[in-house]
Amino acid sequence: MTKLSRRLLLGTAAAAAALPLGRARTQAKSTIRIGVLNDQSGPYRDTSGVSSVACTKQAVAEFAAQGFDVDVVAADHQNKPDIGAGIARQWYDRDGVDMIIDVPTSSVALAVGAVAKEKDKAYLNVGAATADLTGKQCAPNIVHWSYDTYMLAKSTGGATVRSGGDSWYFVTADYAFGHQLQEQTTRFVTAAGGKILGSSTYPFPGTTDFSSFLLQAQASGAKVLGLCNAGADTVNSIKQAHEFGVPMRVAAMLMFISDVHALGLDIAQGLTLTESFYWDLNDRTRAFTERVKPRTPNNWPNMIHAGCYAGTLHYLKAVQQIGAANAKASGAAVVNAMKAMPTDDDAFGHGRIREDGRGMLPSYLFQVKTPAESKGPWDFYKQLSSYGPDEAWRPLAEGNCAFLKL
Amino acid sequence: MVTIFGKPLLLLYGQLTLGLVNGAFYALLSLGLAVIFGLLNVINFAHGALFMLGAFVAWGLLTYLGIGYWAALIVAPCVVGLFGVALERVLIKRLRGLDHLYGLLLTFGCALVIEGLMRNEFGSSGVAYDIPHALKGPLNLGFMVLPLYRAWVVIAATGMCLATWLLIEKTRLGATLRAATENAPLVQAFGVDVPRLVTLTYGAGVALAAFAGVLAAPMNSVNPNMGSNLIVVVFATVVIGGMGSILGSIVTGFGLGIIEGLTKVYYPEGSAAVVYVVMVIVLLLRPAGLFGRAA
Repeated sequence: MTKLSRRLLLGTAAAAAALPLGRARTQAKSTIRIGVLNDQSGPYRDTSGVSSVACTKQAVAEFAAQGFDVDVVAADHQNKPDIGAGIARQWYDRDGVDMIIDVPTSSVALAVGAVAKEKDKAYLNVGAATADLTGKQCAPNIVHWSYDTYMLAKSTGGATVRSGGDSWYFVTADYAFGHQLQEQTTRFVTAAGGKILGSSTYPFPGTTDFSSFLLQAQASGAKVLGLCNAGADTVNSIKQAHEFGVPMRVAAMLMFISDVHALGLDIAQGLTLTESFYWDLNDRTRAFTERVKPRTPNNWPNMIHAGCYAGTLHYLKAVQQIGAANAKASGAAVVNAMKAMPTDDDAFGHGRIREDGRGMLPSYLFQVKTPAESKGPWDFYKQLSSYGPDEAWRPLAEGNCAFLKL
Repeated sequence: MVTIFGKPLLLLYGQLTLGLVNGAFYALLSLGLAVIFGLLNVINFAHGALFMLGAFVAWGLLTYLGIGYWAALIVAPCVVGLFGVALERVLIKRLRGLDHLYGLLLTFGCALVIEGLMRNEFGSSGVAYDIPHALKGPLNLGFMVLPLYRAWVVIAATGMCLATWLLIEKTRLGATLRAATENAPLVQAFGVDVPRLVTLTYGAGVALAAFAGVLAAPMNSVNPNMGSNLIVVVFATVVIGGMGSILGSIVTGFGLGIIEGLTKVYYPEGSAAVVYVVMVIVLLLRPAGLFGRAA
């Protein structure tokens, strides 16, 4: 009996202590917390990393939210799906994170997608390439910004065949992303009348010498060397192809402006690649770059960084519209609001988000300038052609996104 | 056309040559590790990071001071070697007499710190370093066109390996070094400053890594992670060759390069794993490694 009354006493005291705190909480402005999850120390640090965090913070600063506070946290997923999913779970469950953004590396991106779906939290993927995020693995609370394997394959692959590069040899990183990119590029190359003469799949990560594969590519007699890899692997392949004087056109299926910077224009000149953002596209992109540069002076924004800016901006607009409390309660609700309103920002201009979560933005085929054409720092690209939002991306019906059929 | 298992003979010749180039690299890197382990009993996990520092110092010399490749081949190993001397004096020295594991953990920690600092400063995509003008261009071997630079790498690496081997096995200095590892107090009794000898040996091993880094800079992407990718293969080379065996490291380095090159033709997906398959087989048959002495 004594025990019970003591428990009762303690319970009542605890409840009494909690009450005023609860009231204070409801009176304060609610906080929307954005988590930037990416590679901060590995091969994709420059293409996402701290510059993505800087661009997300830039968007928060420019939006100047009224009625709710916004704060930004960041973490390193080390390109490991288990670590990425673990952080996502902790963020959503314990740390009050309402939206996760960026998440490069396709395998990690899909693992985090599963967590976001389970918890009904918003998830804006910008950094990963896999088109499955709006296909087989789509969910009502996922948005995929900036790029995917389909858009890269169509733009770079299709354009190369049209300009005479009709026989290909692939050098492919042996993991989900490399295989998917090769498969989709093969589709566009053969559809345009091109032929695939062979491919070498190399172990990822851990390969630094590509000369062996380059010789095999050369021996195949193909006109085009298709690189289905990313980051330092792409830089090494191109550098060594140049060293060996491989007489083939190089199609880097995924390449960013920081890779061009790492190679130098002497070697990179003439390469074709696809991005949906370039800092020197128009007045708006230049204005955006000028604003964000102080936050990331040594690494100018690429399409992933710009996507973190634009995605955050659009997300905050949606939160403002449905109210912070509703946004915190359901990720799908805020993503639905994002889909309902058109997107408009300095990085990508006007666009929209399709029902399956695909950001419908224009994409551009660029060629890397020669050293003589480049007039200043990071002046690397000239535009060869562009694709409107409706032709750049995989048609909705082909994606087989399950929740749309329900 | 003559073929072997469905592959043209000329292609195989080409791959063997490339294997030799990579083998020269493995040999040079594992040589430094073997020297350090053989004489200091330290498993130097910072070797990859110091290799990377060598490449970055070469880049820095060119970018900030206008010092070209040839001078960098000498200056960069000296600079990084001095850094190694400082590292030994300040940290590694304190672990003398303790279990190998402590040295391994300490140098591994050093590698993480060095790589992290470099990443913070230079990012992960790296910097551009071009092939020196005199070594640009192709070398026609008949069965393949080898870039002149790769031919130079084989010559430079082999030369350096031979010189190191001769120094340790055939000179008076080498004899003193070997004696110091066998019985340090006795050598000290003869008036040799053993601690200083050990420090300088570590510096020399580190300089070898930096030399390999400068050789690699024009061929590979110069980025803070470039060493961590190589270091595991290089450790496998040292283990297969026999821990601490100089000749073992050199022979195994070349051998593994060639085996890896052939795997890249027949089963490219397995080209990273083949090194470890060889390691497993060798350790099963000869636990002390090919050239190692059983403890």
